[in-house]
Amino acid sequence: ALFFHSGEREEKCIIEDVPSDTLVTGNYKVQRWDTHKQDFLESAPGLGMFVTVTTPSDEVLLSKLYGPQGTFSFTSYISGGHIICLQSNSTRFVAFAGSKLRIHLDIRVGEHFLDESIIQAKDKVNEVNFRLEHLIEQIYHISKEQNYEREREEKFRKTSEETNSNILWWAIVQTLILISIGIWQIKSLRDFFISKKLV
Amino acid sequence: GTELTFELPDSEKRCFHQELERGLKFTLDYQVITGGHYDVDCYVEDPTGRTIYRETKKQYDSFPHRTELKGVYTFCFSNEFSTFSHKTVYFDFQVGDEPPILPDMSNRVTALTQMESACVTIHEALNTVIDSQTHYRLREAQDRSRAEDLNGRVSYWSVGETLILFVVSIGQVVLLKSFFTEKRPGGGGAGT
Repeated sequence: ALFFHSGEREEKCIIEDVPSDTLVTGNYKVQRWDTHKQDFLESAPGLGMFVTVTTPSDEVLLSKLYGPQGTFSFTSYISGGHIICLQSNSTRFVAFAGSKLRIHLDIRVGEHFLDESIIQAKDKVNEVNFRLEHLIEQIYHISKEQNYEREREEKFRKTSEETNSNILWWAIVQTLILISIGIWQIKSLRDFFISKKLV
Repeated sequence: GTELTFELPDSEKRCFHQELERGLKFTLDYQVITGGHYDVDCYVEDPTGRTIYRETKKQYDSFPHRTELKGVYTFCFSNEFSTFSHKTVYFDFQVGDEPPILPDMSNRVTALTQMESACVTIHEALNTVIDSQTHYRLREAQDRSRAEDLNGRVSYWSVGETLILFVVSIGQVVLLKSFFTEKRPGGGGAGT
């Protein structure tokens, strides 16, 4: 799986834009840099990771402390960009030189693990059965994504139409203001000059 | 493959690494979804640190590569050229080909049964659908982001222009009046 580096107390976040009612599963492994060995330690006992998941409406869906290796999952109940953040619970000072973490991360959206059930299949029919179920899950997920896409496109269209009517409305308002201010200017100056006996 | 979306703040760089075997084919697809001019710098390095791909200010790209060395490959996205716009970047790092739905398909001696070959066909078709869907989702996200920017800009500009209109026209009248008011002690234009 992919890995990336992070500071000891740094929070690294990723965004998952998912439709509602979607299961998102993530598994991670974290390693700490050892300055003596000049390498990342294989396992770091006592090191944990705070996993925080925030919904698009800024609500915290999941906030738990896991060990150096773990699996977390959540089901979205609104569609949108969910923010998954990982932060270690290390209590070391940030100024500790050369200290960093390596985080391995794998996130799966809307998938159910196919492999375990296949291994349990006793015969050919069951094996095909499980694969068909996996395919049905995939189709269901595609269908949900399409519905979500429909919602977003509607929002997009509304924004474009709003922009269009804004432009038109402002142009009309500004023209009216221009005409009325022009009239006011002439009238005001004319009255002024008459009062000064210049005209 | 791994696909991730993350926020890249201004003047920052984020790197990802993956350990790969020799002779594997991988593809890195990335696209900027929101922010600024929707562009980002990207570079890919092989285990020796040699740059095998480098692009600046790209909106989206696809980089396929066959690995020649075994080791840790690094790819980074940089927004260091930007001083105030933070970007949302999506990338998809696919390694190898999609595993077939029947793992021992290539070792089969007997012909696949109709059910199994139907499954294989459906699986491949669904993968195409998913790819297509991802492509459209990203395009739509980017276009919607631009439309929202445009809407905001139109509103601010219109309000600003109206204010300027008022200030300038009232200012003109006041200024003109002030010219004539000053000359009054000197007998401002009135005939004597």
